[in-house]
Amino acid sequence: MSTATDTGTPRRGKAPAGERVADWADGRLGIYSLARANMRKIFPDHWSFMLGEVALYSFIIIILTGVYLTLFFHPSMEEVVYHGPYVPMQGVRMSEAFASTLDISFEVRGGLLIRQIHHWAALVFLCAMFVHMMRVFFTGAFRKPREINWLFGFLLFFLGMLTGFTGYSLPDDLLSGTGLRFIEGVFLSIPVVGTYISMFVFGGEFPGMDLIPRLYPVHVLLLPGIMLGLLVAHLILVFYHKHTQYPGAGKTNKNVVGMPLLPVYMAKAGGFFFLVFGVIAVISAIATINPIWTIGPYRPDQVSTGAQPDWYMGFAEGLVRVMPGWEITAWGHTLVLGVFIPIVLFPLVLFAIGFYPFIEGWITGDKREHHILDRPRNAPTRTAFGVAWLTAYFVMLIGGGNDLWATHFQLSINSITWFVRIGFFAGPVLAFIATKRICLGLQRRDKEKVLHGRETGIIKRLPHGEFIEVHEPLTQEQMHVLTQHEQPKAYEIGPEVDENGVRRKVKGSQKLRARLSKSYYGKDAFIPKPTSEEYKEITSGHGHH
Amino acid sequence: MKKLSARRRHPLAALVVLLFALAVTGGLYAAFSPSEAKADDSSAQSLAIEEGKKLYSVGCASCHGTGGQGTSDGPSLVGVGSAAVDFQVGTGRMPAQQPGAQVPKKKKIYSDAETEQLAAYISSLGAGPVTPSKGQYSTDGADVAKGGELFRTNCAQCHNFAGKGGALTNGKYAPSLEGVSKKHLYEAMQTGPQNMPSFPDTTMPEKNKQDIIAYLDTVNSDKSKTPGGLELGGLGPVSEGLFAWVFGMGALIVLTIWVAARTAKAKKS
Repeated sequence: MSTATDTGTPRRGKAPAGERVADWADGRLGIYSLARANMRKIFPDHWSFMLGEVALYSFIIIILTGVYLTLFFHPSMEEVVYHGPYVPMQGVRMSEAFASTLDISFEVRGGLLIRQIHHWAALVFLCAMFVHMMRVFFTGAFRKPREINWLFGFLLFFLGMLTGFTGYSLPDDLLSGTGLRFIEGVFLSIPVVGTYISMFVFGGEFPGMDLIPRLYPVHVLLLPGIMLGLLVAHLILVFYHKHTQYPGAGKTNKNVVGMPLLPVYMAKAGGFFFLVFGVIAVISAIATINPIWTIGPYRPDQVSTGAQPDWYMGFAEGLVRVMPGWEITAWGHTLVLGVFIPIVLFPLVLFAIGFYPFIEGWITGDKREHHILDRPRNAPTRTAFGVAWLTAYFVMLIGGGNDLWATHFQLSINSITWFVRIGFFAGPVLAFIATKRICLGLQRRDKEKVLHGRETGIIKRLPHGEFIEVHEPLTQEQMHVLTQHEQPKAYEIGPEVDENGVRRKVKGSQKLRARLSKSYYGKDAFIPKPTSEEYKEITSGHGHH
Repeated sequence: MKKLSARRRHPLAALVVLLFALAVTGGLYAAFSPSEAKADDSSAQSLAIEEGKKLYSVGCASCHGTGGQGTSDGPSLVGVGSAAVDFQVGTGRMPAQQPGAQVPKKKKIYSDAETEQLAAYISSLGAGPVTPSKGQYSTDGADVAKGGELFRTNCAQCHNFAGKGGALTNGKYAPSLEGVSKKHLYEAMQTGPQNMPSFPDTTMPEKNKQDIIAYLDTVNSDKSKTPGGLELGGLGPVSEGLFAWVFGMGALIVLTIWVAARTAKAKKS
């Protein structure tokens, strides 16, 4: 037997089946080189690196369940009378879309569960993308070379919102219809072209007969198709750039410390997919989502209170809810600022975070590659901006649910609206200042820890009566984490006059850039990290605490 | 125990102690705080007067005037009818505890007999909607689906599609309709209490009211079925979003931490 495995000795008989299959495939697909390059790809290990995975898996779940739903859903606005098993709807006139959604819920085998998985997974998908995006933001993982990939991710989030909204609109229940009526209002508020857009989209007056048949291909084909493409590009770029890693001993800008894709991450990712599926399936099995049978079919003359969009559109709802109902009437036309301003703000709020990497790149003028993540405290201005953005976002979410805040906390809806109006402007400013100070405080604490060690809480009495608290020195690894970051200098415009004493022309944008750069890297932006001299002086054995 | 004491200097020890202390204080407070019910009982006992007029002059006249003519604190009761009295007093809304945006439902203070006496007195002041008989609000043979349509057309904009309630301006609200008796539902539609518009028989015939009551009985009572599982308050996408964040994303983040903590480790040599 031993001779058969010797190198160079021709093998007796055929190669094992697996090898033959692999050979066959390699001859046609060239998988050897592909696999060699990627199978041992190293990925670092951290729980926050799996948030994107949660988003990926929930997207897969949405596609799988969505395919099942398309088998039974009729995207048609033809009017039918319901005769199915759900008694409180029997004899009610409704669109075919709504009737088929009722059928999916009550007659199709597993239909209700699949519908609920589809919808819950959509909510979780957007949650996961949001949290993933925030992880990338606060750790500075979007810096060169990953700006484009950040943009892809941001687009996925944005398209996810649109896909979710079109899906919310398809069953033609009372909430869907109210949402679409809202969209009609949005179109109509656009100056000059508003009425044309509305007539074009709805194929005439709202609601018409065309909208759901039109939204359907957008929801099941167009948007998911684009998203799938972006997703693949997103993942390819993750492979190409290699994954970022948190600072730590042995981790540099030029290596990746972690485990190989095969077998470790394949096994983990496979298992994790089923964990995600499991969580979503359990939620879908125990909790109702979008109970269209109680919400009822859409009729333009009906509306329900609590008509809100799914959470990811909540801040847009908030913008419209808290906006004063301003109007300008001139030359026989009305400009509905009460709706138009919110819908202009809606993309602006999103783009503020979406284009941030390019803004930061311009301000700092940093053209180097970064593969080691920032600890958020070490980039106080960015962290503060992120928290300010989140504050504005969540204040608007409160605005979107102002009626439920009112009923559940026994408050006046008017005072909530005013709170949101003021909070949208004041909240981010306060959050920015507070966050920046907290970051600086944490930096001070890091410095303190490096120089003096960790306070253990153990009090010792020395022979001569003095009480001291025992400080435990940090390990080398811990100290590395606390001191490895850079503290760059702020961008400067240079002297006002050139070498010949002539006043230099400085563009306004460069002045702005210098001022912003100062807020990123100026002397107020960070606590100077401990130098080795300071460390040596303190630890040189004076016993000074 | 040794394990515990070895960790008492852990950086997270203070946090654990804090959480523990909070849980204990909260738990003890919940266990020992006096319940509010007792206060209500005693005030109910103090109001043991028999006849409507006497009851009225003690419990109602301070706001509604000695003859039911109304004051700056309360509307006139002339012509509101016995149905209004039966609803307001029968659901505990009247007598009101304090002025406010809206008078909330609470434990009722008058017994059924006393409520009837009050109603008789008020209806003697002027004709109005009469307390419905059992046959009027019975839902036998009512059309649930029709009721649903009527409910969505006339009621859902304030009470929500499933009658779970909703907010109105300046702290006013449309209450949840869960657990409201058929008789009180009927009376509310007939008399339009507080901020609610009234739906007299001329605009909404008796039959339609019965349909609505039957619908609410089907979708919003203890015997209503929830095919999808937990209702999450039946409030629509806001509570669903909250649930997705807290239990969906929350559980998944816990799982990511769990999975990441169980990584394949290089053997230490």
